[in-house]
Amino acid sequence: MRKKAEIRKTFREIRKNKACYAMLAPFMILFILFTVIPVVMSIPIGFTDFNMVQKPEFVGLSNFRTLFLSDKVFMGSIRVTIVFALLTGPVSYVLCFLIAWLINGMPRHLRTIFTLIFYIPSLAAVYTVWQLIFSGDMNGYLNSFLIDLGIINAPVQWLTDGRYVLGVTVVVQLWISLGAGFLALRAGFQNIDPVLYEAGAIEGIRNKWQELIYIVIPSMTPQLMFAAVMQIVSSFTAGTVAQNLVGFPSTDYKAHTVMTHAYDYGWERYEMGYASAICMILFIIMFFLSRLIAKGLKKIAG
Amino acid sequence: MSADIKKLRESNRPAGRKYGGTALSFVFLSILGLFMIFPIYLTVVMAVKPVEELFVFPPKLYAIRPTLDNFRDMFAAVRQNRVPFSRYVFNSVFVTVSVTAAQCVFASMAAFVLAKCKFPGSRIINGIIVTSLLYQSSVIYIMQYMVMAKLRIIDSPLALILPAAASPMGVFLMRQSISQIPDSVLDAAKVDGAGLFRICWQIVIPNQKPALMTLMIFAFQAAWNIQGSGVIFREQYKTLPAAVAQVSSSGMARAGVAMAASVFMLVPPAVVFILAQRYVIETMAHSGIRD
Repeated sequence: MRKKAEIRKTFREIRKNKACYAMLAPFMILFILFTVIPVVMSIPIGFTDFNMVQKPEFVGLSNFRTLFLSDKVFMGSIRVTIVFALLTGPVSYVLCFLIAWLINGMPRHLRTIFTLIFYIPSLAAVYTVWQLIFSGDMNGYLNSFLIDLGIINAPVQWLTDGRYVLGVTVVVQLWISLGAGFLALRAGFQNIDPVLYEAGAIEGIRNKWQELIYIVIPSMTPQLMFAAVMQIVSSFTAGTVAQNLVGFPSTDYKAHTVMTHAYDYGWERYEMGYASAICMILFIIMFFLSRLIAKGLKKIAG
Repeated sequence: MSADIKKLRESNRPAGRKYGGTALSFVFLSILGLFMIFPIYLTVVMAVKPVEELFVFPPKLYAIRPTLDNFRDMFAAVRQNRVPFSRYVFNSVFVTVSVTAAQCVFASMAAFVLAKCKFPGSRIINGIIVTSLLYQSSVIYIMQYMVMAKLRIIDSPLALILPAAASPMGVFLMRQSISQIPDSVLDAAKVDGAGLFRICWQIVIPNQKPALMTLMIFAFQAAWNIQGSGVIFREQYKTLPAAVAQVSSSGMARAGVAMAASVFMLVPPAVVFILAQRYVIETMAHSGIRD
């Protein structure tokens, strides 16, 4: 009986808030169609064999078994993704923080100019110029520069030599990585109440490092979290930059990320079940990592 | 009293906001900034370099006789695709304007309701939106394709517009900003008999200029870069980035043209960002995720 009354109450609440649902509807319909359904659908599809033409066929854990036990390229791509994410994620995060902090200490007009300079590479996909910088012939800017200095005497194949492709991709990814997260941190610094610094000074804070640990980080935890999420997403799902820069597939799969692998199976071979399984693994990694960072930040912020 | 505080502030100068390091950090930022801006500079230089200078060794960091030939060639180069260059520009502008407008309108209403109304399901939806920030990427590309195939919008402009029109990040940013408005303002309007829709558009949104501008910039940027590879096959529906990608992949001899196209891609979002950056910083201050 009580349950029934509760259900009726909920219905009454829903009817009372009709206007809320109506205003939410345009966004929610598109959001459900193009984000929620794809995400939810990828879970069952990951357990099937599906080529977009025939009906999906349930194959149990077979996709995952293949991935972990016999797909050598996938295991390689996990390694590449982790190395790539470790090289770009934390470095870019620290850079975002450091640059935002230093910019905040500048006079007003310089702040505007510096913000623009650091943000501009992430505005549009203009990294094709790096192809000219890293070009493998003598006309490549880096090659001609290094030859000029006498460091090398023959041009290096930056974009096709297996030893360099990952490094090149990391550099370019770092270059374009100061995006929304960077802006959030910039804003976070600007938003700290100056009174806090004064209070800190009275409490005996004597240098910039102490100020950073006792005042800045605790009052910026939410922005730090937002930037962390942005950083995780961009460093783990990177793949387009590598594909456009060092080719697809890259030499010896040296810059082949999990995302590239999913692209390979989804777009090139139409094995949607397999591609979904790959994406699912990637998402699980990202989800737990963001939880972990949230916990860590909470601990630091006390 | 006030003199005391002033004295106190002065005595604490070294520990306050002003440290001696400003000049040092300026130098550091400038060096790092040069690295950031160098490729952009090079893009512009290459775009105005005449073809014969491309093969000069060693490559020069400036153009001896700058020319706009590359821009002219760019228009000519893509014309070989049977579709005039202006068509790509039109497509991109059309997609960008539709996506930006739709995102701003839809996200404003959704964010207002989620920030200021309690109704069954509101907490769950808020949670889903924060989680879906992780999904802002190609992870769901493949499944999105299947949804689009079911809706029969593949190879039509809708395939570019609809998926981009609902951005969880937009709603998230707007919601953080709107929740700073005190409830008393809204209650007063309710007493006056205004409906939710009117409160939203006449009281709340006009006061959300910074957040709206930020949303607009991010939407503009994302939409301007939509390439639509995989969902658009007919040449007459392709966007500017798709055309640029086609030009860029045709080798060194085309480098100048590719760079001209890059400049063409970079200028509009850069201008929008410069005009609105003040608002962006203001909004991003509320962007934090509280667990």
